[in-house]
Amino acid sequence: MALATSLNASGGIDTAELRPGLADPVHDSQHIFRGLLTALAHPGRPVTLPGDVAGPEPLDPATTAVALTLLDYDTPLWIDWIADTPPLRAYLKFHCGCPLVERSQDAAFGLVTDPENMPRLALFAQGRDQYPDSSASLLLQVPSLEEGPAVTLKGPGIRETATIRPAGLPDWFWNDWRLNAAQFPLGVDIFFTCGRSVVGLPRSILAEG
Amino acid sequence: MSAAQQQATEGDDGYNFAYLDEQTKRMIRRCLLKAVAVPGYQVPFGGREMPLPYGWGTGGMQVTASIIGRDDTLKVIDQGADDTTNAVNIRRFFARVAEVPTTESTAEASIVQTRHRVPEDPMREDQIIVYQVPQPEPLRPLEPREIECRKMHAYKEYGLMQVSLYEDIARFGEIATSYSYPVMVGDRYLMSPTPIPKFDNPKMDDFPALQLFGAGREKRIYAIPPYTKVKSLDFDDHPFAVQQWEEDCALCGAEDTFLDEVILDDQGGKMYVCSDSHYCARRRAEGHEGKLSESAARAYAAAVGAAEEEEA
Repeated sequence: MALATSLNASGGIDTAELRPGLADPVHDSQHIFRGLLTALAHPGRPVTLPGDVAGPEPLDPATTAVALTLLDYDTPLWIDWIADTPPLRAYLKFHCGCPLVERSQDAAFGLVTDPENMPRLALFAQGRDQYPDSSASLLLQVPSLEEGPAVTLKGPGIRETATIRPAGLPDWFWNDWRLNAAQFPLGVDIFFTCGRSVVGLPRSILAEG
Repeated sequence: MSAAQQQATEGDDGYNFAYLDEQTKRMIRRCLLKAVAVPGYQVPFGGREMPLPYGWGTGGMQVTASIIGRDDTLKVIDQGADDTTNAVNIRRFFARVAEVPTTESTAEASIVQTRHRVPEDPMREDQIIVYQVPQPEPLRPLEPREIECRKMHAYKEYGLMQVSLYEDIARFGEIATSYSYPVMVGDRYLMSPTPIPKFDNPKMDDFPALQLFGAGREKRIYAIPPYTKVKSLDFDDHPFAVQQWEEDCALCGAEDTFLDEVILDDQGGKMYVCSDSHYCARRRAEGHEGKLSESAARAYAAAVGAAEEEEA
């Protein structure tokens, strides 16, 4: 496990530079969670998250909101190298208290702000036969939810089909997703975030490009 | 009790919003997301002690406490009824600790917590139904070992359940299970629909609202996302069928609802009434009338008359 690099000389967090968390932790996180629940129960449907919270660069408000709502000392987090800055580490350490891990396989959550260079989906925890819930959930912050190539989704939570257009994904992504869905009930779950919106993509969903 | 909304006037300052602490809610919320992602799979969670005994809906309450917000409206039913002890107390609990308005109307509610029924009124996409679950493991009566049940789920090894249904057919000529009738969710996981009557099983299929299940004593959470295939187990030559009654509801005349038998006296007087009390009351308010059999009418009049005399 990596030591937070943001510790100042006295070993504490430099709180003067720290961005604020949720204004109303109890009710904001409830609101945000309901948004996430809706997003995962209706895959492909964009949900605007409340709680306009400005986290450290390069996090969008939605990404920050999800992190503040779901992460705590029980959830080892892996972050990609672009996001891995001292202010972000200090922010997560102060507001969430989640351990940061070096190996993506060890993480309960993965935070990706540069999807183009992200690790393959199989490099995150996939869950075990008897405990498929022990897999990782990924927060993929994408440059746009509307300007990418169209992908058609089918599966639980979708009446007929749904279409999403997340941009900035690596070219292997949807092929990896096919493999991810094929090993159901194992596999990772994904939240695409952009701006203040989130789109859920649980492992139960089949995608066609 | 009227169906009007009962607005909570003041909350209880001694507790966190919705009773549970924030760390517990976060843990349950993460489990709920996993449960939605793997429909029908039982996610273990760190069940907390609630201020009422196991068996009274501690699991459902923990789920409700983790999702409820100030802008929600809560309905709680117990065997379909809004006015029984369990329903009244859970409704009052959340009115007190979460300061939410409560209702008896299915259409007005954003969250419906239920014990052993699915409301007769249709539900919508923007609603959530939370089931209280006594025993989440459908295989438990057949296989007491948790570790074996877990393997059977992992490898989709559900032959044992089919055999047990077949034994019913061999013995009684039909599948005798009338409640807690096992279902397959999304063609993958065998799931207990909780002890709802099998009459309600078909409603779960392709249901527009999100269905969440909480088992407090067994510490399991599971879920069915909207528009998910839920199939009751059966055989080609013994297809699944729901209960039917020879009579209609004695109060509102409904022909297509789940009916409770009500014993009226010790002379054999009885009547059948809708188990969904709000649905029945609404139909009566709309002018629908049922036919009380003569003996039932007499016994009913005697009982209601006695109650009215007492009130006066």
